[in-house]
Amino acid sequence: MRLAVCVKEVPEASARTRIDPGTLRLDRGGAATLNPFDAHALEEALRIKERTGEGEVVAVMMAPLPAADSLRKALAIGADRAVHVADDALAGSDLVATARTLAKAVEREEPDLILLGQQGGDSDGAVLWSALADLLRLPVVSQAASLELAEGKVAVKRQTEYGYDLIEAPLPCIVAVSDAINEPRYPSLKGIMGAKKKPHETLNAADLGLGADEIGEAGSRTEVYALADPPSRGDSVRIEGDGAAAEKVVEYLTERKLI
Amino acid sequence: MPTLVYLEDHEGELVKGSLGVLTKAAQLGGDVAAVVCGSGVQGLAAQAGRYGAARVYVADDPALVAPLPQPRVDVLEALVRERGFDTVLFGASVLATDVAAGLAARLPAGLNWDLVDLEVRDGKLVGRRPALQDSVYADVGWKGEPRLALVRSGTFEPVEGGGEAEVEELAVQTQDFSRQAVMLERAHAESEGPSIEDADVIVAGGRGLGSPDKFGLLEELAQALGGAVAATRAVVDAGWYPYATQVGQTGKTVSPKLYFACGISGAIQHKVGMQASGTIVAINKDPNAPIFEYADVGVVGDLHQIVPKLTELVRERRT
Ligand SMILES: Cc1cc2nc3c(=O)[nH]c(=O)nc-3n(C[C@H](O)[C@H](O)[C@H](O)COP(=O)(O)OP(=O)(O)OC[C@H]3O[C@@H](n4cnc5c(N)ncnc54)[C@H](O)[C@@H]3O)c2cc1C
Ligand SMILES: Nc1ncnc2c1ncn2[C@@H]1O[C@H](COP(=O)(O)O)[C@@H](O)[C@H]1O
Repeated sequence: MRLAVCVKEVPEASARTRIDPGTLRLDRGGAATLNPFDAHALEEALRIKERTGEGEVVAVMMAPLPAADSLRKALAIGADRAVHVADDALAGSDLVATARTLAKAVEREEPDLILLGQQGGDSDGAVLWSALADLLRLPVVSQAASLELAEGKVAVKRQTEYGYDLIEAPLPCIVAVSDAINEPRYPSLKGIMGAKKKPHETLNAADLGLGADEIGEAGSRTEVYALADPPSRGDSVRIEGDGAAAEKVVEYLTERKLI
Repeated sequence: MPTLVYLEDHEGELVKGSLGVLTKAAQLGGDVAAVVCGSGVQGLAAQAGRYGAARVYVADDPALVAPLPQPRVDVLEALVRERGFDTVLFGASVLATDVAAGLAARLPAGLNWDLVDLEVRDGKLVGRRPALQDSVYADVGWKGEPRLALVRSGTFEPVEGGGEAEVEELAVQTQDFSRQAVMLERAHAESEGPSIEDADVIVAGGRGLGSPDKFGLLEELAQALGGAVAATRAVVDAGWYPYATQVGQTGKTVSPKLYFACGISGAIQHKVGMQASGTIVAINKDPNAPIFEYADVGVVGDLHQIVPKLTELVRERRT
């Protein structure tokens, strides 16, 4: 069983992320981490490997070079191998340009199952898998709250606006998992030590046979014109600490006759 | 600007969100058509005219009976290519999102998602898209055509007013890989479980509760306030609380006078279901949680300490 997991690096939740007013792109210069949503996809891959007792888990990432640390974290958690696509020509890639790049990188692995997280922690996008599936011409199921593998098929329980659907697809296929599908493990000390010795390949756009007009800004068809402040929502009150918090909330609500 | 609006249906009705997008498209002007995909959906086509479509394409085929995205990408690709639409609009849903992203890769085309407004500025289509947990708003656009857009759920209200639409049936052809995923069981409209829509007060819990039994804390507070208990998708998917109580994009939309968010990060998909609440009180131990961006009262602290205390104080006031 060959399992590929697409992972991404996103700004640390505690970092004050911003969009660079010059380039109108996300400032990726601050503290960053492995997208927490992708940790669930990695966890699911590791569990499948453990359950079936065989297989290989490859983490695939497209990101600038410094993101290698986040990819190493995926190795520390348990991935067997890492593939990092890094190239300055990729900066500014939109959905389709990113999907093109990942499709090429994933294809080389000839995986039976390709897993993704439910969304990008930075873009709130929940779109990549479907674009990837179309380029790879593979079936896709998103928002998997649970996933079972049997007889060369996956069975997925997926939440929609109406409750839960049950969907089945033959391998090879693509599944994007909900963040409730599992509780991701943390890297162990042994895992962290071992990660340095695991295969960690770095590729550029030319290695994947990607033309300059297919990727980055040139290969993208969306653009950002301007930034603005969000509409103001009026005054809000901030209460810190557990001590008198409950009293203060009750006082606030009583004053406004809400209780 | 020939525009195509993707209409979604569920149990014999067109989905409100997609009709809202159609209304908006008609207001923007130009040549507006809609497409309905399914099996036995001809009857729905006429409805679309009332919301502003001059023409409605119907793709009616057994391959489209289940609400799965890939065969729909095949239908839309053919339609966009053959009729030369330069704009395709979708109201976000689990299905429409997957259709839009697949179509973007197929055509290829630029896709902007999570839009909360659309306007034509100097003859150019411009979308408004909140980013970074809605802390900044970006004006976004497209280089070249076709332009694809997904509108955040609940953004535009459908308005009736248009006339009759011309209906045209499409010949449906789907690709092999598009038919490989199959639906074994389909979700049905929830008819059981507690009702949260009519409650004046909602006490909602998320993964920050730590374990399912901790919902007891919220039930006690809700009882003291005469309210109902709700949940995020993360805990519903994990089986901690029933789907009927889920608030958000794939759950219910509520607008109580008072909404307590306990151990909830405040993801956009949750926000769209509760942002119309009168007063929002958030309790979260992470001072950077996005929920604080839109809470009226933000308490940075441990819900396990604060919620029981709140219950006690509310009870005292009541006696
Ligand atoms: C297509 C799609 C549809 C979706 N639909 C919905 C939907 O309808 N509804 C919905 O809710 N979500 C929906 N989601 C999921 C959404 O993106 C989030 O993943 C989800 O809302 C997170 O739930 P949560 O806040 O419970 O969990 P988390 O994001 O894990 O947040 C838990 C929070 O609890 C806090 N916390 C932890 N311990 C404590 C403590 N002791 N005291 C106080 N605070 C604590 C943490 O700081 C954290 O902020 C959807 C996602 C997608 C992609
Ligand atoms: N030098 C790079 N190499 C590889 N991927 C990159 C690079 N720069 C940006 N990306 C990726 O391209 C996408 C768009 O990035 P950005 O233009 O920074 O918003 C993101 O998925 C980034 O991780």
